[in-house]
Amino acid sequence: MQHNKEDLQNFANQIRRDVIRMIRHAGSGHPGGALGAAELFAVLYGHAMEHDPQAPEDPHRDRLVLSNGHICAALYSALARTGYLPVEELATLRQLGSRLPGHPSRTKFPAVIENSSGPLGQGVPVAKGIAQANLQLGFSGHVYCLVGDGEMHEGIVWESLLSAAQHRVGNLTLIVSYNDLQIDGRVSEIKEIQPLGEKLRAFRWDVTEIDGHDIDAVTNALVNRRAKPNQPKAVVANTVMGKGVPFMENLAKWHGTCPTEDEATEALEAIGTVPGYQDFTIMEKAEA
Amino acid sequence: MIFRDSTPIRDGFGRALVDAAARRPEIVALTADLSEPTRVHWFAAEFPNRFYQMGISENDMIGTAAGMALNGLIPFATTFAVFAVSLAHQAIRLSVAYNEANVKIVCSHGGITVGGDGATHQAFEDLALMRLVPGMTVVCPCDAKEAYDATIAIADYEGPVYMRVGRIAGPIIDQGRSSFELGKARIVRAGDDVALLANGIMLAYALEAAELLEQEGVQARVINLHTLKPLDEDTVLAAAHECGAVVTVEEHSVLGGLRGAVAELLSARCPTAVEGVGVNDTFGEAGEPEEMLVKYGLTVDQILAAARRAVSRRSVVTEA
Repeated sequence: MQHNKEDLQNFANQIRRDVIRMIRHAGSGHPGGALGAAELFAVLYGHAMEHDPQAPEDPHRDRLVLSNGHICAALYSALARTGYLPVEELATLRQLGSRLPGHPSRTKFPAVIENSSGPLGQGVPVAKGIAQANLQLGFSGHVYCLVGDGEMHEGIVWESLLSAAQHRVGNLTLIVSYNDLQIDGRVSEIKEIQPLGEKLRAFRWDVTEIDGHDIDAVTNALVNRRAKPNQPKAVVANTVMGKGVPFMENLAKWHGTCPTEDEATEALEAIGTVPGYQDFTIMEKAEA
Repeated sequence: MIFRDSTPIRDGFGRALVDAAARRPEIVALTADLSEPTRVHWFAAEFPNRFYQMGISENDMIGTAAGMALNGLIPFATTFAVFAVSLAHQAIRLSVAYNEANVKIVCSHGGITVGGDGATHQAFEDLALMRLVPGMTVVCPCDAKEAYDATIAIADYEGPVYMRVGRIAGPIIDQGRSSFELGKARIVRAGDDVALLANGIMLAYALEAAELLEQEGVQARVINLHTLKPLDEDTVLAAAHECGAVVTVEEHSVLGGLRGAVAELLSARCPTAVEGVGVNDTFGEAGEPEEMLVKYGLTVDQILAAARRAVSRRSVVTEA
């Protein structure tokens, strides 16, 4: 099936608007990585994954396991914009009783959130286990696992990379959002992970390296899952933290900083309005 | 299945897993390079396509098991207690427990009777650490027969479980006509003067102590608390109320395990003299299992002394 590049780019930009507005409303959150992964989410939910919000527990569905859970604002937006929850619910991010806590919780949102995550690295074996169960049980779904680049410092990731190749888990695609930033600074200065593609190839993965903001490149990489059925796939997606909001781009500060009201306004102006979409409504809190 | 006194507890697990898996095709097993020591090698031989060798990667094993469980399988993840509980605690906490994933973590080499491998391989804290994880069921069977029954029970139970199966052989304990039920203590001996609450291999020692106490005119009730969590509160409260003196006996730190669970309950609901026999707050060392039990105070004599202290402290108890 051919993808519509313009639609997917619009979807990505709406995710960006949602991310800014959700985090501003919540008063805290992680905008940088979420903005940087907007195209990845848009292509996954808008094109690459076979999924149906009317049948979220279909055993044959494709799944996304978000391992770097802190960028969940983008996941929640993608889920809302594809019909898994009312878009107005995005305004409940990080609130008491919400299905959308600051890191994704499977038990808070059963049948939609595939895996609880936050502590980095932990989602990789979970994604692999889901994929291996698909093979064991004869389910056709493909499993995508999104990680951040700083997350590649975690030993558990490399343990899982080894065993995924050993067990020939070909229905698994690892996506690394590679923006070279982590909380304390540049990944390359804190603990270099380059050459990442070569490392992954040496671990016997099928590796594609792309511009993570190029809709066509992302699409081609993520739909290429039937090739090499016995080999796990890795997509190194070069991204820019804070992409789409110039004053946030490439600054580690925006890993986990909430924009002020003025900054949020400036960010939304930079992203621009998106044809075919409306922002979710933020209900004013009732005055006591 | 017939179990003899010379059957290691872990053998009961290994045999039961094969039998349970024959009944339930969703059961898979994982190990981190310890298939024979955990006795999961029998499963591997019987069901090679349902067996996952993870290599020396306990974090990966637990996380993978969680993913499998989220997708409908019933994974049994096996290694030594220290490697699962301490090394892979984050994966257990997040990916298994917080996800409410139906994973069974079964570990051999818990406690002090590991032997010459020494302190690095002896987990005195595994049951305590697992007790603190919300939603985790924690089981410590007393012999190979009970390990068999417990394995069948946890395979049928929906939810995360940690089970410790000892490395060494011990006697098969006559538990009368009581059958194994998760979360339900087994009263192994009747008595109203002091209650000896034990699990794992220490149940046999508690029974021996009870026989000796009878010669002193003290009737000890011996209770097998094979399920540490959820604790069978009714049985513990009744024992405290009716005996007025309690001794906990465990092959585990006296902190946070059986003594911890019992003391937490009784201090709130039925203040009672509680004495604890177990490993004090220390690491172990290398030595033969029997030597270790003596050196670290896990003996019949220590249980007797603790029972006498508890009886001397006994006071009239009223329900709070």
